[in-house]
Amino acid sequence: MTADIRAGATTRRPAPTTTERPTPRRGPRPGRFGVHIFLMGVSLAFLAPLLLAVYASLRPYEETAQHGYFSFPRHLSFEYYRRAYTESGMGKYFTNTLLIAVPGVLITLFLASFVAFAVSRLKLRGGLVLLMFFTAGNLLPQQVIVTPLYVLFNKVPLPWWMSDSLTMYDSYWAVIIVNIGFQLGFCVFVLANFMRTLPQEILEAAIVDGAGVWTQFWRITLPLCRPALAALGTLEFTWIYNDFLWALIFISNPDKLPVTSSLNNLRGQFFTDYNLLAAGSVLVALPTILVFLLLQRHFIAGLTLGSTKG
Amino acid sequence: MALNIPRRAGRRRLRRFTRRDVVVLSVLLGIPILLDIVIIWGPTLASVGLSFTSWDGVGDIHWVGGDNYKNMVENYPVFWPAVRHNILWLLFLGLIATPFGLFLAVLIDRGVRFSRFYQSTIYLPVVLSLAIVGFIAQLILGTDQGVVNTILNNHDDPIDWLGDSHLNLWMMMIAASWRHTGYVMILYLAGLKSVDPQLKEAAAIDGANERQTFFRVVFPTLRPVNVIVGVITVIEALRAFDIVYAVNKGRNGLELLSVLITDNIIGEASRIGFGSAIAVVLLTVSLGFIVTFLVQELRGARDR
Repeated sequence: MTADIRAGATTRRPAPTTTERPTPRRGPRPGRFGVHIFLMGVSLAFLAPLLLAVYASLRPYEETAQHGYFSFPRHLSFEYYRRAYTESGMGKYFTNTLLIAVPGVLITLFLASFVAFAVSRLKLRGGLVLLMFFTAGNLLPQQVIVTPLYVLFNKVPLPWWMSDSLTMYDSYWAVIIVNIGFQLGFCVFVLANFMRTLPQEILEAAIVDGAGVWTQFWRITLPLCRPALAALGTLEFTWIYNDFLWALIFISNPDKLPVTSSLNNLRGQFFTDYNLLAAGSVLVALPTILVFLLLQRHFIAGLTLGSTKG
Repeated sequence: MALNIPRRAGRRRLRRFTRRDVVVLSVLLGIPILLDIVIIWGPTLASVGLSFTSWDGVGDIHWVGGDNYKNMVENYPVFWPAVRHNILWLLFLGLIATPFGLFLAVLIDRGVRFSRFYQSTIYLPVVLSLAIVGFIAQLILGTDQGVVNTILNNHDDPIDWLGDSHLNLWMMMIAASWRHTGYVMILYLAGLKSVDPQLKEAAAIDGANERQTFFRVVFPTLRPVNVIVGVITVIEALRAFDIVYAVNKGRNGLELLSVLITDNIIGEASRIGFGSAIAVVLLTVSLGFIVTFLVQELRGARDR
C-alpha cells in the first residue's frame, strides 16, 4: 500500500502533505496557538547556540572578555573572519577535505547502488545475508577497527606518485578507503529499501528485450534512483566532511589534515581567542549548513528513505 | 503473490545470466565485499584476537589469555565509571531526547503553519560537526565569560559547568541531545507521513480521542521507524566520542568507553592489547543490538 504511494512519488513530485491532507477542523481551535508558541520556543532554543557563535565572532575579544558573551554589542566587524581564514590556512584544508569527500561520496554511491541493485532486484540467493553483512558493518563502533587498520596501512606500500609517504598510512587513500568501507553499509541499506519500491515490471520488460545485468543496472534502475542518490549524496557529504577521527588517526602530516581539524591551529599555546575560534567554527560549519539549506528537501528525504517502507 | 516470485526467478536464473553478466556481477559485487572484509570485518576479528595479547604496537605479540579482561574489570579505576557514563548517556538519549523528538514530530505532523521552518531549525544542529558542538558548548558554559554564568550573574563564584565532574557529563548529554532530537524528529516525521490517514479517520469514527488514536493506532504502525530509531539511539550512545574529546579529551568525569579505547591505543602508553579488550566489550554490546535489529529487518523483508 505504502509502497505504491512511494513508487508513484518517484515520478510525480509529491505535493506537501501538510496542506493537502483533509483536516476535518480547519478553523483556529484552542491549543493551536499554544502549539505555535511551544514550537517557536523550541526552534529558537535550538537556533540560539548557533546564533551566539555568530554573534561572538563579530565582536572583539576585549569587549567580550570584559562584559561576557551575553551583553550588548559596542563594536561589530567581520575582521575575525578574515583573520580566521588566513591564520588557520583554511583554504588549503578545504581543498584537503574536498580531495577526501568528493571521491569518497562518488565511489561509495556507485558501489553501494550496485550491491543494493543485486540484493533487491536480481533475487540472488544469499542476497539477504549480503544485506546484513553490509548493514551490520556500518553499525560497529569505529574504535573497534582502528588498531588493525593502523597496522595494516603502515605495511601497505604505495608508489611515490600515489603517496609521498610511500605507505598507505599518512595518505588520503587511507582516509578515503576507510570512509568508503564504513559508509557502504548505510548506503546499501537505504538504496536497497528504495529499489524495492520500484515496479519490477520495468526490469522484466528489459530482460525480455535481452538487456544484460549491466544495462538493467546502469540504464534502467539507476536513473529511477536519482532522488535517492541525490539525497544520499548530500547526506554522505556532510558526514564525511564532519568526520575527524579517521584523519586524526591515519594522517600524521599536518598539511594533509581536513578542515575540521584546522580549527586547532587557531588555539594558541598559552592563550586562545575564543572569538577568533568562533569565527573559524562558523566558517567550517558554513558549507554543511549551505548544503543543507539549499538541498533541504533532498536531505530530509535522504534520512527518511530507509525508514519508510510498506 | 510475493511468495512465488523467488521460486520462478530461481529457475530462470540459469538462462538469465550470460557470461558477461557473471563477470559484471562478480567484479562489482566482489570489490565492495572485499572492501568490507578488509576494512571492517577483518580488523574487527583482529581486534578480538589482539585483546588476548599484550602488545605495545612495535615489539612481539605475547599471548596473555584473559588477563586484559581481568585487569580491566579489577584494576582499571576508570573502567566502571566509563561504563556507568555510557549507560547514563543511553538512558538520557533514550528516555529524554528520543521521546522529545517523537513529540515534536507529532506536533509538526498535525499540520501547523510554518512547519517547514520549525522542521529545518530543529534539524539544523544535525549537520554540524560534533567538534563544533563541543566548542559552542564552551562558549555557552565557559567559567567567566560564558552565557549561562553571565545570566546567573555569579561573577564571584562562577559555576564550572564543564570542569565540575558532577555536572559536565550532564552538560555533554544535553549538547548531544541537541543533535539527537532533530535526527529522531525527522525520522518520525517521515514515518508519520506514510501512515494511512484513513486509519486515523476510522479510529475517530469509532470514538477514539487523539491520544488513544496515537498510542493504539498510529504508534504501532510506526514499528519499522521505531526499530531504526531504537538502534540509532543505542549506537549513538555507545559511539559517543567526538563531543567529549573536543571539550577536554574525555577526562575528569567525562570518561566513556570509546575514549578509554582511544587513550590506550593511540596514547603514549600504547597498550594495544588492553585497548582492544575494552573495544571487544563495546563490540559485544553493539552486536547484541545490531543482531536484534537485523532479525527485525529480516522479518520485515520476508513480509514484503
